Amino acid sequence: MFIQQLFNGIMLGSTYAMIAIAFTLLLGTLNMFNFAIGEVFMLGAIFGLTFVHMGLPLSVALPLAMICTGVACLVIERFSFKPLRNAPPLIPLVSTIGFSIFFQNVAVNIWGSERAQFPQWMEPINFHIGPVLISSTQLVILGFAVCLMVALDLFIQRTRLGRGMRAVAESLETATILGVDSRLIILMTFFGSGAIAGAGGILFGLSFSIVSPFMGMDPGIKGIASMIVGGMGNVRGAIVGGMFIGIIEVLSVAYIGSSARDFAVYGLVFLALLLRPQGILGVIQPEKERI
Amino acid sequence: MSSYQLDLFSSLGINILLALSVYCPMATGQLSIGNAGFMAIGAYVSAMLTVHVHLPLFPSLIIGGIAAAIIGVLFGFPALRLKGIFLAMATLCFGEIVRNFFMNFLQPLTGGAYGFRGIGDVPISISWIWGWVALSLVFFFFLSRSRLGLALMATHDDETVSELIGINIVFLKVAAFGVGAFIAGVAGGLYAHYYLYIEPEFFNVWESIFIALYVIMGGMLTYWGPVLGASIFTLLPEFLRFLQDWRGAFFGVVIIGLMIARPSGLVTREMLRIDFWIPYRKRRKP
Repeated sequence: MFIQQLFNGIMLGSTYAMIAIAFTLLLGTLNMFNFAIGEVFMLGAIFGLTFVHMGLPLSVALPLAMICTGVACLVIERFSFKPLRNAPPLIPLVSTIGFSIFFQNVAVNIWGSERAQFPQWMEPINFHIGPVLISSTQLVILGFAVCLMVALDLFIQRTRLGRGMRAVAESLETATILGVDSRLIILMTFFGSGAIAGAGGILFGLSFSIVSPFMGMDPGIKGIASMIVGGMGNVRGAIVGGMFIGIIEVLSVAYIGSSARDFAVYGLVFLALLLRPQGILGVIQPEKERI
Repeated sequence: MSSYQLDLFSSLGINILLALSVYCPMATGQLSIGNAGFMAIGAYVSAMLTVHVHLPLFPSLIIGGIAAAIIGVLFGFPALRLKGIFLAMATLCFGEIVRNFFMNFLQPLTGGAYGFRGIGDVPISISWIWGWVALSLVFFFFLSRSRLGLALMATHDDETVSELIGINIVFLKVAAFGVGAFIAGVAGGLYAHYYLYIEPEFFNVWESIFIALYVIMGGMLTYWGPVLGASIFTLLPEFLRFLQDWRGAFFGVVIIGLMIARPSGLVTREMLRIDFWIPYRKRRKP
């Protein structure tokens, strides 16, 4: 029972982790809080579903939807980041709240407010490992999420562009003076953030069979919570934070009751903010290393 | 007035009160996106008092406001450690915790997720709401003319310097949270007794965000900003009815555009000075 719940928690946590990464990329690199990530997540699921309904296989629909949400984030960059570079950090946050409202209403108008779900995309095979029941669809979803997160981490740590991102995270001005193409890095960061949020949306839609214009709000806030718990502005922290929040949520529902769910999560985040603002990972990951 | 206009103006009054409740901590540089939580505390406490204890409306409102203020002060102390976005997140968590509290606890008294029914044996009219609005505006008028108001402004502009010149910023920031929470609590009480029905879902994250938007859009540097912001954002949707389903999307566009055009809000401090409106005086500046 406990291991089964732990696995469910990891499934949910992988979604939160991806949203937390999307927040973290922007906050860590560009010090921008993009509140609209929750809605970008929702757009990812809706685009993915639309492409699947158009007859594309999932393996094509998923990258296409990721590109679409990446472009959505570039639009956000154009209107909420670029013109507001010199404003206090609160102003871009408010501007992205505007985008949040905009995306949600546009989605309702175009796709309607009813819940939809993905058609069955593969024949699920159930594995019984001791008392634990795991289906092959869950494994594929989890595997893809893990691959995506590992690939992103490798990209940031190992490649030239990733080094550029880390340099911009230290200081945008210095990086620009030293010859980093900061404009490219900014656009890339926004695109990557949107793409991973969109991927999270599709995977969420696949594993929990809910796609609706209102699906973004709750996971969005849980993603912010994961980012805070994992220590702001660091991808590995976001992954661990997401898993942590997911597991806490599932375990509190299983052992205390569904009324305890949000108490446990928000109470934890509240305490994390007050007692360990550097996040639970602050010890393992030196504070200096952002993204 | 028709009942439609009456409803519109009463919600306008409540929104102005709520905007002022966010303005208060904002005047010391603290953004709160959890004020729906304080509103919920005021609404539930005062409604429980009038329904179960049969207290008259006025003391219930005051006790509801004080309950919210006590929680606000208790929250204000730990919140001193946090700044900017971190503080905003903490207030957001606070609002959600309060909403979940009323969703899951005190069910026999408040109805929990089913909503609080049966409020209603107290006389209330729109003048109650606007009376409180007038009272708050008088309070902020005298505050802005006092030494305390100057200290608030200094704290907002530069905390370190204000502390160096001897302003007690710990007191100011915590008090600002408490006063803001009190106003939100009273607004919640008025809301509960005017509309006769409340449920925890009314006080969700979006409600808190909208209250904060009134202030940021209107201008967070003067107390006229929140009043203007709340008025525009309550009345604008009524004038946009011809857009039908696209109203919400247009609203989002307005926010984005306004942030680009006027990042510090519609009303700024300079605009309250007469010489701002006299063109030739401005040209003389170097």
